[in-house]
Amino acid sequence: MSAPAASSPHRELGLTDAEYELICEKLGREPNGVELAMFSLLWSEHCAYKHSRKLLRRLPTEGERVVMGPGENAGAVDVGEGYAVAFKVESHNHPSAVEPFQGAATGVGGILRDVFALGARPIAILDSLRFGELDSVRSRHLLDGAVRGIGHYGNSIGVPNVGGEIYFEAPYEHNCLVNAMCVGIAKQDEMVRAAAAGVGNAVVLMGASTGRDGIGGASVLASAELGDGDDAKRPTVQIGDPFEESKVLECCLELLAKGLLVSLQDLGAAGLTSSASEMASAGGVGIEIDVAQVPLREADMEPFEIMVSESQERMLAVVEPGRVAEVIAVCEKWQTGSAQIGTVTDNGLVRVLRGGEVVGEMPVEALVDGCPLYDLAPAEPEGWIYGNEDVLAERVAAVAGPDADAADPASTLLALLSSPSVASKRWAFEQYDSIVGSRTARRPESADAAVLAIPEADTAIAVSIDGNGRRVACDPYAGTVEAVLECTQNLACAGAEPLGLTNCLNFGNPEKPAPAWQLDRAVQGLADVCEALGVPVVGGNVSLYNEGPEGPIYPTPVVGMVGELPSPELAGPSAFVREGDAIALLGPFEPSLAGSELMKLRGELDAGLAQPDIAAVAAACAAVRGAVRAGKIASAHDVSDGGLACALAEAAIGSGFGCQVDLQHLRERGCSPEEALFGEGVGGFLISGEREKLEALAGEGVAVLPLGKVGGAAVEVAAGDRSLTVPVADAERAWHSLSGRAESIAV
Amino acid sequence: MLWGVVQFPGSCDERDALHACELSGDEARLIWHEERDLGGADAVVVPGGFSYGDYLRAGAIARFSPAMEAVAEFAAAGGPVLGICNGFQVLCETGLLPGALLLNDNLRFVCRQVDLLADGLWPSQGAQSLIEPGETLSIPAKHGEGRYWAPEGMLDAIEAKGQVAFRYAAGQNPNGSARDIAGVRNEAGNVLGLMPHPEHAVDAMTGSTDGLGVFEAMAGARA
Amino acid sequence: MKARVLIRPKEGILDPQGKAVERALPALGFEGIEHVRVGRVVELEAEDPAKLPELCEKLLANPLIEDFEIESIDGA
Repeated sequence: MSAPAASSPHRELGLTDAEYELICEKLGREPNGVELAMFSLLWSEHCAYKHSRKLLRRLPTEGERVVMGPGENAGAVDVGEGYAVAFKVESHNHPSAVEPFQGAATGVGGILRDVFALGARPIAILDSLRFGELDSVRSRHLLDGAVRGIGHYGNSIGVPNVGGEIYFEAPYEHNCLVNAMCVGIAKQDEMVRAAAAGVGNAVVLMGASTGRDGIGGASVLASAELGDGDDAKRPTVQIGDPFEESKVLECCLELLAKGLLVSLQDLGAAGLTSSASEMASAGGVGIEIDVAQVPLREADMEPFEIMVSESQERMLAVVEPGRVAEVIAVCEKWQTGSAQIGTVTDNGLVRVLRGGEVVGEMPVEALVDGCPLYDLAPAEPEGWIYGNEDVLAERVAAVAGPDADAADPASTLLALLSSPSVASKRWAFEQYDSIVGSRTARRPESADAAVLAIPEADTAIAVSIDGNGRRVACDPYAGTVEAVLECTQNLACAGAEPLGLTNCLNFGNPEKPAPAWQLDRAVQGLADVCEALGVPVVGGNVSLYNEGPEGPIYPTPVVGMVGELPSPELAGPSAFVREGDAIALLGPFEPSLAGSELMKLRGELDAGLAQPDIAAVAAACAAVRGAVRAGKIASAHDVSDGGLACALAEAAIGSGFGCQVDLQHLRERGCSPEEALFGEGVGGFLISGEREKLEALAGEGVAVLPLGKVGGAAVEVAAGDRSLTVPVADAERAWHSLSGRAESIAV
Repeated sequence: MLWGVVQFPGSCDERDALHACELSGDEARLIWHEERDLGGADAVVVPGGFSYGDYLRAGAIARFSPAMEAVAEFAAAGGPVLGICNGFQVLCETGLLPGALLLNDNLRFVCRQVDLLADGLWPSQGAQSLIEPGETLSIPAKHGEGRYWAPEGMLDAIEAKGQVAFRYAAGQNPNGSARDIAGVRNEAGNVLGLMPHPEHAVDAMTGSTDGLGVFEAMAGARA
Repeated sequence: MKARVLIRPKEGILDPQGKAVERALPALGFEGIEHVRVGRVVELEAEDPAKLPELCEKLLANPLIEDFEIESIDGA
């Protein structure tokens, strides 16, 4: 369908012959250079969602707490007292693979702008990252750059990074994933929509000057697979300036508080082209832009360059003509740029001028909604398509010495704890300011979700971001259902009830049958589980064509969820609290090795996952949530990567105490000792506290299995012929081994 | 008692500092960097963040703002001035405090709770010390350019005059600071700079409350 | 006058950036490189070159930790 060839300009820009003909039909003539550039960007996969939009219509987007849904700059939910919490997750995958520091930094910058474009002050960032295995120099380089970039941008602008996840899997070697989520707070009556309105109103560009950053960048990169020669794409990387953004942010919030703006939109992918066109489309109006009025960073920029530039830290506003002077005065106070560059019209056209001369004119509808939407041609692949590598013995030797027995369950536990996907991410999150703003009640890795105080609304929120590409690769439907349940479980451990969900769908080439099937099944899973749980999808992002010469990435839906809890102090820790506390397993946990970290280390991954029982997991979440809020549980930790043995070790490490546990009751559910120790799946909550209080949580449809108690200096787990004892100090060393791997300069 | 908290373009922790001043029982207001008038402030905080983007050197541009010129005069007249993180960098660039802050030795930003040892004695003139020498405070550090440095001779002089206010506890120096120095005072004792953030240790909900003592002690540190 | 100011960390001060670059070079195939120190360059045009030393001392460099050198750029 789309095989870009050098023969015609439209193909070079990524448009198919059929799409080009459609453009000509809609214009009634051939497009000129400016128009072709604008169409090629807005009709790219990244902007038009042409392979995913039909699927996304399946998602439930409504709910009584929804204040803003999909289609606005970000989603928002009501948290009471007239306040709303806005949030969204977005990807910046392709730019990060080319230049990880700036790619990740500008990813953070972009998602911040999406949130403050609504009028919400950003109060938290979370990030979800995926790279190839850490043995590869390239992956260490990308990890280092991305973490430094995210830290640089978030720290400089003063928004705390309160949570996230990092996974290392071979299928991401050539296509890393950098997804950034932002959460903000706004008074509902000060929020603003993106739709341009008011014929004759002024269009004002604020923020940084416009240069050649990212020309032909994000959108085109995201609509094609990365291959050889991606060095040539280097000049199009966007450079971020968090200092500029902090000024633009304060300026915009002040303008909104003073009621000076009719509407506001941030400039992201495809720059002025997409912002101006989308604002006009949302408002059912036309828009005129004079590129001669745009403050430029580089001389001699052509009109099409100005229209497609992806220079960062810019916002577009619609302002009543009589108030433009006041807007400019506020921009000057904050030392940020401002210029009136256009007008809202009533002719339904996007008209681009240079001085007095019209250099491009297109119907808004053609640009924004005219792009054809494509159906997928999905086909389930035969079995496991991603390959396997047996590294268990090597990992055991690395963590427990060359004489350790790879078959010994204690060695297996240490290998899992030291596995970079499972290990503590402290090396990364200590590079992020997690406390600025004084709202952070639970810092990274202290609880299963981040917890932020919202004193202005006399409430608190919990936030989590989760996904597991490998398990989605085993079964895209079940794996995606699991991702949403995982988020819900993490929120429940903090005592929070979900309010809304955002998602980033990171998949391979949708024109190929296997990734198409993965995308179709994943979206169906997302729709079904959100419907069943009553959690609306309030916004999100799609990143396709994440594919290299060796095939597609793992299908990776990343889910971000915000929940509310009455007060931040209620959220319990993940780690045990006191010696002598009882330990129990709550919920319908049925561990299986399918898709597990252990199977990955053994090189035995295969297609297939058990189907989660959504209702049973939801009941368990409700029980844990209620118990945490009532103070009946000392600690709560969701069982996930590495299974129950890893969860026990993590709870022990965080507390400094060991534990003595017997998995007999769990095995009575019909799993082998190894499955009981290292099997994964949803529905498992590891809780600790006073024995009577834990046992009293068992109720209708909610099982509580006593496991043992907190104490001693070792993690002792009795599991038939796979019993293990690991000193907490050894477990801790293994779990904190990521920094050594990440900092290695070995080639 | 009124605290003035200076705000530059790029400041991040100024509202947290305002909040901490209020929690310690006093009133507080922001002082915009272009104001020459400290608005009757009895004590001043130069807060954390990335003033002017940390461009050129952290704190190098902020020191020339009208507000900082007013703060320098206020300090010369004996007024209490507390510089936190970026604020400490500004005070060193201004020359109100000795030494300089350099890139962390591991070249990475670090955000971590650290134990600080209160060192030396608070000046006796009018200051009510609520922090005993040798006391340990648990305070979060978060910075990329926090390595304290001065030439050896200057370090000897600072120590001899009891100007070292805080050191990182053994094994907890997060950035390679010389002699584990986390905070210093001027000779007269009315100006204090430290890299860790006491304004983020004033509320049990978000961590320790050991930072309150720093504000309370500074409130009375008039020279 | 067009000038270029070179700003370097003073000898004797730990320069972790320089050390990091030096450490990474062999892994990238560059042997025999040592004593790497990383500084900054500021280029400007000054109406009154006599003011440059003061500008450097007060703003562009921190004399406690940095040395500076002013070069005039020929031409134009």
